Amino acid sequence: MKLKAKHQRLTLVVGALVALGGAGVLAFTALGDKATYFYAPSDLAAALPTDAIRLGGMVEEGSLVRAGETITFRVTDMRAQRAVTYTGILPDLFREGQGVIAEGTFDPASGVFRADTILAKHDENYMPPEVAGAMRKTASVQE
Amino acid sequence: MHRYANPTRFLKIARIATPLTLALGLILTIAGLYIGLFASPPDYQQGESVRIMYVHVPAAWLGSGGYLGLAIASATALIWRHPLATIAARAIAPAGAAFSAICLMSGALWGKPTWGTYWVWDARLTSMLVLLFLYLGYLALAAAETERGGERKGAAILALVGAINLPIIKYSVEWWNTLHQGSSISITQGKSAMAPEILTPLLVSVAGFTFLFAAIVLMRMRALLAEQRVEARSRRLAEAVA
Repeated sequence: MKLKAKHQRLTLVVGALVALGGAGVLAFTALGDKATYFYAPSDLAAALPTDAIRLGGMVEEGSLVRAGETITFRVTDMRAQRAVTYTGILPDLFREGQGVIAEGTFDPASGVFRADTILAKHDENYMPPEVAGAMRKTASVQE
Repeated sequence: MHRYANPTRFLKIARIATPLTLALGLILTIAGLYIGLFASPPDYQQGESVRIMYVHVPAAWLGSGGYLGLAIASATALIWRHPLATIAARAIAPAGAAFSAICLMSGALWGKPTWGTYWVWDARLTSMLVLLFLYLGYLALAAAETERGGERKGAAILALVGAINLPIIKYSVEWWNTLHQGSSISITQGKSAMAPEILTPLLVSVAGFTFLFAAIVLMRMRALLAEQRVEARSRRLAEAVA
């Protein structure tokens, strides 16, 4: 049976797309976490990396200490945490309980992460301040 | 399907649909942006800079949605050889490129006050930049093909190959750690992490941008068809003279 030219082209395009998709999946698997923008504290092995990396997670509640322009805090992903120190200007959204990405290196002696850049992450929740205030109140009543 | 592929029938529908979509697009965009910029509350974390979202999100959705349209039109042109499909693809590309550029620029302006940076090479931002480059590549290739004449397949194939970037953009925030946050709205799960006061102007603005996009595509398609007719006529005239 000979296919109509139209159907031949359809098969060709669908086949090409399937092959392309397969190539994409293979490329992804090879890429792995190389395309990741930052590592979470629990992604890091016991032996700390010596190169510059980005460390990301939440600023642990109650861990932030300010001493002039220098701050120290702990980054947590709820499974592991790391102490971070930074001197400089912070983005407006930087605060306890919010996402943060720190670029820098680990101090091999103390294991403290020395950041030279701090970026604030924000989450996918959007609400007016009054709603957030009301929610915080309900949460503290429940505690 | 072939019924609507007829350029004459299409032009008859487009003549009515163009002013209609344009008017709807303008009204809804102005309404959405007015509520978003003046009559909606600030965000509890980001404050006033959240208002950039009412431009950024519709532009992002139409930039990537437009590419889906470009890929479908290109596949139709390749398989069924519909002349109107090629015209549609040619008309969608510049509009999609413009919306992607708006998305990238508004995102940079939003990133500085919230994240602390205009740009990072994370998976979401990078894949969106690749989308803009795919549009620009398509436009350049399509222009070269039009000039050269003959069979025009290269640009359509590029559009199809580039479609692999669409799921990468969508899921980049889930597959990798990114600075860009995850999706707030899930259409498949019908969930939204946005308060209704913020979601409503966003959806109005998205509807407005969508109609504007449709109006731009219709106008460009009509212009391209008219151009083709002029060219065909002058070719016939030149032949008659010779």
